[in-house]
Amino acid sequence: MLQAIGIRSVDELFSPIPAQYRLTRDLAIPRQMAESEIVDWFKQRAKENGEGYASFLGAGAYFHYRPVVIDALVQRGEFLTSYTPYQAESAQGTLQAIFEFQTMVSELTGMDLANASMYDGSTGAAEAVMMAVRITGRHTAVIARNLHPEYREVLNTYATHQAIPLQTVSFTDAGQINLRELEKAVNDDTACVLIQSPNFFGTLEDVEAIAEIAHKHGALLIVSIAEAVSLGIIEPPRTADIVAMEAQSFGVPLGFGGPYCGVLATKEKFVRQMPGRLAGQAFDKNGKRGFVLTLATREQHIRREKATSNICTNQALVALMVNIFMTVYGKIGLRELAKQNLAKTAYAVDQFNKHAKVLFAGAPRFNEFVVQTSEDPYAINSRLLGHKMVGGLPMKKFYPELGNAALWCCTELTTRSMIDTAVGLVAESERSVRSMKEVEEVAL
Amino acid sequence: MNHITRKATRHISQNEGLIFEKSSPGKAAWKLPPLDVPEVDTAKLLGKQERKDLGNMPEVSEIEIIRHFTRLSTWNYAIDLGMYPLGSCTMKYNPRVNEFVARVEGLANGHPYQAEKISQGALRIMKTLSDCLLEITGMDAITLQPAAGAHGELTGLLLVRAYHQSKGNARKKILIPDSAHGTNPATAATVGYAVENLKSNDRGMVDVAALAAQMNEDVAALMVTNPNTLGVFEQEIDKIAELMHAKGGLLYMDGANMNALVGKARPGDFGVDLMHLNLHKTFSTPHGGGGPGSGPVAVKKMLAPFLPTPVVITKPDGTLGFEYNRPQSVGRVRAFYGNFGMFIRALAYIFANGPDGLRQTTEDAVLNANYIRKGLEGVYDLPYATPSMHEVVFSDKVQSKKGVKTMDLAKRLIDYGFHPYTTAFPLIVHGALMIEPTESEPKEELDLFIEAMKSIAEEVEEDPQFVLDAPHNTRISRLDETAAARKPVLRWKPENA
Repeated sequence: MLQAIGIRSVDELFSPIPAQYRLTRDLAIPRQMAESEIVDWFKQRAKENGEGYASFLGAGAYFHYRPVVIDALVQRGEFLTSYTPYQAESAQGTLQAIFEFQTMVSELTGMDLANASMYDGSTGAAEAVMMAVRITGRHTAVIARNLHPEYREVLNTYATHQAIPLQTVSFTDAGQINLRELEKAVNDDTACVLIQSPNFFGTLEDVEAIAEIAHKHGALLIVSIAEAVSLGIIEPPRTADIVAMEAQSFGVPLGFGGPYCGVLATKEKFVRQMPGRLAGQAFDKNGKRGFVLTLATREQHIRREKATSNICTNQALVALMVNIFMTVYGKIGLRELAKQNLAKTAYAVDQFNKHAKVLFAGAPRFNEFVVQTSEDPYAINSRLLGHKMVGGLPMKKFYPELGNAALWCCTELTTRSMIDTAVGLVAESERSVRSMKEVEEVAL
Repeated sequence: MNHITRKATRHISQNEGLIFEKSSPGKAAWKLPPLDVPEVDTAKLLGKQERKDLGNMPEVSEIEIIRHFTRLSTWNYAIDLGMYPLGSCTMKYNPRVNEFVARVEGLANGHPYQAEKISQGALRIMKTLSDCLLEITGMDAITLQPAAGAHGELTGLLLVRAYHQSKGNARKKILIPDSAHGTNPATAATVGYAVENLKSNDRGMVDVAALAAQMNEDVAALMVTNPNTLGVFEQEIDKIAELMHAKGGLLYMDGANMNALVGKARPGDFGVDLMHLNLHKTFSTPHGGGGPGSGPVAVKKMLAPFLPTPVVITKPDGTLGFEYNRPQSVGRVRAFYGNFGMFIRALAYIFANGPDGLRQTTEDAVLNANYIRKGLEGVYDLPYATPSMHEVVFSDKVQSKKGVKTMDLAKRLIDYGFHPYTTAFPLIVHGALMIEPTESEPKEELDLFIEAMKSIAEEVEEDPQFVLDAPHNTRISRLDETAAARKPVLRWKPENA
């Protein structure tokens, strides 16, 4: 090859790089490893990473069963090792799969249309707010405080530089957004109201009432859904204008937080302001049906600085996992799956309530709930670790006003015996705190 | 058929409708275990919020699902089927060991909020990858949080803004060469900066004199891709850095083309202040039909305080943890810690190569691009004679005289069993053919590609209409994209609805 090119050594090809910047030493990185060594190294890391622990964590990342056909199919090289389907004739498989994904997401969210995916639920929510600003021409947004705290942080980062002031609305004793406060916060400069349902506490919001308030002032309603399985048994937010969903629950591994699969769904009239790729139906000269990426004039490779978003790469392969999951469970299975989540959670809530306080009793919930204990949940959790169990997420960091509270989650994979063991440890903690108090009182 | 292709042939291809068209009530591919807690009355629990119907969701059996997606998959082109010469996309082989280790249970099922005590494995992976990437780029600090290249750009420009703001003035604009990718200007706009175009010189590089004229105290940063989208190394990169720094500006490098530099040169050494990497390009994580990617941002020391929260730190007791208390941080750009699954794959790739392997990889990538350049020189117009690094950009100047444009040539290439190169980009080349073979291609595949491209050039001379009508061998011929955009059909609906 060197001969064909007409050079003596490969080094000549690097002569455009000024000599003083050419690296003349080896990179100081680990030496080349054999495949067996690589596998061994990562297996060791997995052992240090909670392998074999049963978990009650949710909070935007959910442990659901992943049917094995998902990995069997997404590992087909034709899906795994292909690029964004810009060349439609070479990518009909990916394009048709996206079209089916868009259809199923639309069906489940109660929206007219959905895009091919966003990075995740947090960036999707931020993009939805920017979309609402473009649609309404207004410049502020009202955000529920019971929206995922990290979603709020991301939104804050985006909004700061878009000059979108954010106003946060607190929650009631039922864990839902405070409607009276919301009413006051929304005005004629509000582009959108952004809520989450089920919200960060697992509680369902009264979406219709919130939509009414938003729409009365000409603002859009954006509903963030972090737990997609809820859509199997909970009415979708049909009165919303944009749904910003995290679809991780649908067959995507927890994977320590990513890659996940954000998706935006919206009303037909807003589609040209929606960011992200879209697959659409098209026909060839013989009238044969196919699919193409469409409405590209919204996107950065055409519009550059005038694009709806700078997004380019999305989460296609993860969206395919979601797609296959939705196909496996389908119309009936998704409902049954959601029902199991509901039943496990209802049982756990009943059990916890016997020994500690489950907050926000006044509203329906899906598969998460907040338990308030006398003892610091970090202390309880470290005892649970001894039983190879990961307790609920301590809430102090995000909601100091809730005190010793933790967010627990039950899915179809949470067994009754797991619940009973965890409840037993919480009960023990409550008993010992109580007896400590009694000792103190006697001493006084 | 005018010419015989050696790589591809026609083959039986299964037809397959939409999944909804196969659905019928009662078919199922799922099974749940018996419930070990009492059943609940959903109406009582949920009231008016109970959902009774899931609309047009499909009902199909498992074999139908397997066949459905397998059939669809066979309609895709893929790296696994052959060379995928998309310029600036770095479609290299995606090693299967990466997929295997990403699925090891403790890593695949790790919850982002599990205690740090039982997250040491994940943290170690993030730390080791960070260290490797810093060494490769010659930078001082890094965030792995951005989910893709464009997300990395966004993070980078947020850092630029925060840095200038800390000095009392966020500045107004970002300079972007006319050869840049569309995400660069789109990102600048997202961060609230005005975009100012920077012209390239006749060698396809940043025009240093123009830069000197345009650079002033209003400019926050220059976003440069190096090698640039012509596959040309910016030979005056140090002068560019000097010009930027002299007026307090920052030099941002889009690392899309880092595959030309790994182990051979480090951006940190030639004056770059911050850059993003695309793990899905340079570090072999699969493109998966459009994602997921991962776009870490590496920076020089003075930008480190502004990195997104959290960052991975080593605690006094030697264990790893996340540091959240970062008052100068730009904030979060994504929930949790980024596309962790891609970190695993990228690190596995680095391990599989080591220092010598990574250098060899870069050399092979540049060698392959130059081999193609030599093979097609004279057949296709080469608008810039400047030496090529990892990719080469031709134009359709010769073929367009017969009315055949770069997209037509690309479509014909599909018939020969290849994925098209990148068409019509960069914008500074009229009718561009941007070809990046990567190091993965053996000489035999490169020869087949050169042969195919030569053959297409001959076809253009003999029968241009035949090329204009391509592709001929695909399931569908060219789709009417204009009609599709005019009346978009973006979802399936039942016929009687």
